[in-house]
Amino acid sequence: MPDPTPAAVSSLPERRSFGSLAWRRFLRHKLALIGTGTMVLIIIVALLAPLISPHDPNHVDLMEAREGPSKAHPLGSDVVGRDVLSRLIYGSRVSLSVGLVAVSIYVVIGTILGALAGYFGGWVDMVISRLIDAVLSFPVLMLILVIVGTLGPSIFNIMIVLGLLGWPEVARIVRGQTLSVREELYVLSSEAAGAGSRRIIVKDIIPNILSPIIVNATFGVARAILIEAGLSFLGMGVQPPTASWGNMLNDAQSLSILENMPWMWVPPGMIIFIATISINFMGDGLRDALDPKLN
Amino acid sequence: MRTFILKRIIIALPVILLVTMIMYLIINLAPGDPIDMLVGLEGLSPDEVEQTKISLGLHQPIYVRYVKWLGQMVQGNLGYSFLDQQPVIDRLVERLVPTFSLMIFVIVVSFLVAVPIGVISAVRQYSWVDYLATALAFIGISFPNFFSGLVGIYIFSLTLHWLPTGGLQTVGQTFSLGDGLTHLLLPGLVLALREVGVLVRYTRSSMLDVIRQDYVRTARASGLSEWSVVLGHALRNALLPLISMLGLTIPRLFAGVVIIEQIFQWPGMGRLAIEAILSRDYPVLMGLTLCTAVMVLLGNLLADILYGVADPRIRLTGKR
Amino acid sequence: MNQPILSIRELTTVFKTDLGLVRAVDGLDLDVPSSSTLGIVGESGCGKSTVGLSIMKLIPDPPGRIVRGRILFGQQDLTRLSNNRMRRIRGNEISMIFQEPMTSLNPVRRIGSLISEVIRLHQGVSWKEAREKSIQALAQVKIPSPELRVDDYPHEMSGGMRQRAMIALAISCTPRLIIADEPTTALDVTIQAQILSLLKGIQTSLGTSIILITHDLGVIAENTEQVAVMYAGQLVEYAATSRVFEQPLHPYTTGLLLSVPRLGSKAEQKRRLKVIPGAVPNLLTLPPGCRFAQRCEQVKPECRHSEPDLIDRGNGHLVRCWKYA
Repeated sequence: MPDPTPAAVSSLPERRSFGSLAWRRFLRHKLALIGTGTMVLIIIVALLAPLISPHDPNHVDLMEAREGPSKAHPLGSDVVGRDVLSRLIYGSRVSLSVGLVAVSIYVVIGTILGALAGYFGGWVDMVISRLIDAVLSFPVLMLILVIVGTLGPSIFNIMIVLGLLGWPEVARIVRGQTLSVREELYVLSSEAAGAGSRRIIVKDIIPNILSPIIVNATFGVARAILIEAGLSFLGMGVQPPTASWGNMLNDAQSLSILENMPWMWVPPGMIIFIATISINFMGDGLRDALDPKLN
Repeated sequence: MRTFILKRIIIALPVILLVTMIMYLIINLAPGDPIDMLVGLEGLSPDEVEQTKISLGLHQPIYVRYVKWLGQMVQGNLGYSFLDQQPVIDRLVERLVPTFSLMIFVIVVSFLVAVPIGVISAVRQYSWVDYLATALAFIGISFPNFFSGLVGIYIFSLTLHWLPTGGLQTVGQTFSLGDGLTHLLLPGLVLALREVGVLVRYTRSSMLDVIRQDYVRTARASGLSEWSVVLGHALRNALLPLISMLGLTIPRLFAGVVIIEQIFQWPGMGRLAIEAILSRDYPVLMGLTLCTAVMVLLGNLLADILYGVADPRIRLTGKR
Repeated sequence: MNQPILSIRELTTVFKTDLGLVRAVDGLDLDVPSSSTLGIVGESGCGKSTVGLSIMKLIPDPPGRIVRGRILFGQQDLTRLSNNRMRRIRGNEISMIFQEPMTSLNPVRRIGSLISEVIRLHQGVSWKEAREKSIQALAQVKIPSPELRVDDYPHEMSGGMRQRAMIALAISCTPRLIIADEPTTALDVTIQAQILSLLKGIQTSLGTSIILITHDLGVIAENTEQVAVMYAGQLVEYAATSRVFEQPLHPYTTGLLLSVPRLGSKAEQKRRLKVIPGAVPNLLTLPPGCRFAQRCEQVKPECRHSEPDLIDRGNGHLVRCWKYA
């Protein structure tokens, strides 16, 4: 591959650490910064929900049902009189927790399995790789729908299912990275010094392959949020009365609500979009910052 | 080539087995007796209910039932729907066409739109076209498809009255291509929105990769115009991974299809899945599982075959 | 015969990097004699490849750009030519061949198609005629059974054959000048010799001028009539090849020659290889004065003060060193 930068530049002494260079690159990414800022805002809203929410999100009041935006209800009320804004605020907790928990689960599983496969090779690798291929061949959505449909829809079930089905992608990446890092000098010298496998994997290998894991995890959170919202929308995810951005959109399946009461479905839809695109921007910025060659 | 396909199919069989087994297990783990969900049982005495149960073979242990199902499946019999006692196969087949027509529409439209945009985006990297395309791509992949479906209906059906709100065709009329297309347009475009986003990013990155290659520099050094270089040299190489993407798109679209068919009352396999789950119609669910598992595996196989055919390095030497 | 086919004056090509502006080629003056081979030699990073790419105006922008200088080819200054005019020269009057034959040919196109495309572009002939000419070009580079090979894909050929094919592509429109950027570095030693003699043959039969860019002094010795030594983006010595090898003037050149292992008398074989101490300077933080001063054995105080100019020592032997001021 032709690298126009003359060799004399590539042989420059490492003036700055990898971290600070990456940070500089990230800061140059305007969209990533906007995305990060937005997510920080949403996280703060989720954490401070009880304090900033104007009403109890589950408080039903049929007298106030189906009202447009007003002073009492800044974003209006839904079909049973609950305050849309409050439900929107509390819904952030659901989405964020599902996203973070599910991704944490599958990143941990995927990293462990991928590192084992990459480091030990042999039959360990074979078994894990076959497992990866097998799970990737599953019709994932069918599985999710059936599990959630039969075992009962709940936020917990969704987190577990997403966590258990999302690991192959991470495992594949980690395995590939482990394989390429495995022959590096610092690993070999640790082995020569007699360090145990677990120590090598944890201390030498994993810290050096974090970048693609972080990027993948970031995009994963966005995907998890979309899936949870979609399931809740279908009635197979978080159930009312608990507020989820997805199930707030469920009401809009009736054409009359869709046409006449946009305040019920536009805000949750928009907020899902905003959260997702913000995370995607963050992920893109992270990817450029941590591994600029990839773009 | 033939041995390659055969090998892949043989490897795929245990996976299908595994998937169906897991599915069967999960379905039967559901609380409540499957018998409770059967329609038409009200008014029967407990004895008669028991009789029905035995006649349907629902009293046997799980593994026995599974093996029976397997045996029947291999013979082409997928059982009968709990809901209406019709053969599962018939239900699947009648839902196949609407779903596939939706998917094919989406694939064609999204490729036709995304590939040129991705190419231009890469060739004119960092220009306003690139930024616009990237922004649109991000919007496409971040917009929840159920939301865009609702927005689409709101704007194009309820406000502008250009397109219908759902269904396969206008009720009461005989099927005409034009009518069918207007009904296909909105759900198809909504699904295509995300697909275009994904493909633009993919094309762009594939193109960027290729443009940096030595052989592109050789082409330029020969005096070829930039567009000759892009179309005749770069694009042909950049398209290779995209072609194999074609195979993987169908299984990937299925997730979106389930939701879109629900919103637009589209009588396809996605909607069937929801109906079957809500009504605990296990035979149909098992049939659908089989179908989708096969779809995923066929999609992967197709992707590999297409890549092998398109890339002369693999086509001629038989291996990478 | 006497007029150089290409004259470079004050060529400066820069690259923008994360850490600053790098002058890969800095004020280069160079004459390429016609109908002979000029070698450009130097370590990695000295700018020799950048010179070749600059002549062809193939410097990727961003991050690179030619910011100053003239490149005179015939009556034209290449630096001032529009893109369209330059394209008519590339592959037609000036061709370039690259280092990696493995990756320098489009893997999904047949060799014949690649060559025909270029012939049609510059000569406007029919596909049939272009195909005939492609076969002829393949024959000229001594590829056996060219009429069969013309439909091969690059991966169906060996490394040496691929390089020949690339040369065939380069000579297909009988250019007046060929720039060969490390054409043999990625090849086996035995193939190297074949390719270099092929280039020599092309030069004699077609009267082409060749610029041979390499880091290998052995290649320079055997295949060039004139040589230009580059260091840190500048020309430091320029003379007929025999002169440079017998009477190197610049300390860097001397160092290079001494660091080449040689077969010879017992005394020669016992001699320890002399290595030039230090490393190529960081182009972003060049010290004042001569760029080679840090590593020079014969360094004097004035060397660190100001940069020496290029001086003519007679017989066309140019050198940039305070020793000869």
